[in-house]
Amino acid sequence: MKRTIGLIGKKLGMTSVFGDDGKFIPVTVIQAGPCPVIQKKVQEKDGYSAIQIGFDAMAGHRLNKPARGHQAKAGMGYYRKLMEFSPDNVDEYEPGQELSVEIFKPGDRIKLTGTSKGKGFAGVMKRWNFSGLPRTHGHEKVHRSPGAIGQCADPGKVFKGRKMPGRMGNKTVSYKNAEIISVRSRENVILVKGQVPGPKDGFVVLQKQD
Amino acid sequence: MNIMQQIQQEQMRTDIPTFKAGDTIKVHVRIIEGEKERIQVFQGTVLRVKRGTTNSTFLVRKISDGVGVERVFPLNSPFIEKVEVVTRGKVRQGRIYFLRKLRGKAARIKARTDWHKNN
Repeated sequence: MKRTIGLIGKKLGMTSVFGDDGKFIPVTVIQAGPCPVIQKKVQEKDGYSAIQIGFDAMAGHRLNKPARGHQAKAGMGYYRKLMEFSPDNVDEYEPGQELSVEIFKPGDRIKLTGTSKGKGFAGVMKRWNFSGLPRTHGHEKVHRSPGAIGQCADPGKVFKGRKMPGRMGNKTVSYKNAEIISVRSRENVILVKGQVPGPKDGFVVLQKQD
Repeated sequence: MNIMQQIQQEQMRTDIPTFKAGDTIKVHVRIIEGEKERIQVFQGTVLRVKRGTTNSTFLVRKISDGVGVERVFPLNSPFIEKVEVVTRGKVRQGRIYFLRKLRGKAARIKARTDWHKNN
């Protein structure tokens, strides 16, 4: 799906703040931007129109030559994370321009995307909230097992999509309607109500939503 | 100071006096009823102070018409107008939950005198 205009950020951690009405609000602190426009994709040349923005400045010599050359064109330094956004008004952005937290304001609802914390190979109780089997009444060594996974000789197979143990977490998670509590433009920090997927220092994408 | 600490620091109140379990305090709470706003005083013994950053709370117990009433206040809440320390109590624990089982004379707390401090 196309991304509307937004920023790339880094999760700094969670705390709580008192709102204007005195209520205690849990917030996640996100270091968002400033994100310079590195490249502009144009319909004629690339087949679509978009802007590419960068985040998390790094030393240029750590990049390989093609990546360095690509980012050098904009002349805005070198960045660890590059991402494309396709706002309706692509024409208004030019390489070298900088996007800051000021595109958001308190009270806005945004879409947040992050990579959830990896949980490794997890059983069905943790991964799918199964109830498990009884502790007692003759059950032995199966307390956290899934139980039956299908029928008998007919159909004689396990249906696809059966919830089973496996790798959990470390997936891209998005959700909408995250409320912005405050925007601190001096520090380029945004406070979002509630949790945000991923660990501290994990990358998150903040997008405007209609 | 990093940004996280800075945000927390801004939320903290510095105007509230220090008190601990065993102290008798008066908490002036702002109460909003519809349009009107008034201040209610809750006086009682502090059972515990839960330390934290922005989420510190304290628990105050009083006996109201023979019934024990306990209330938890967020230490940094803007609803707290002010806190007055009435007496300082001498207790050995940081959390004096045993006070809940005691009634009348047994529930008294000796006054503490801080000779080394000038208060």
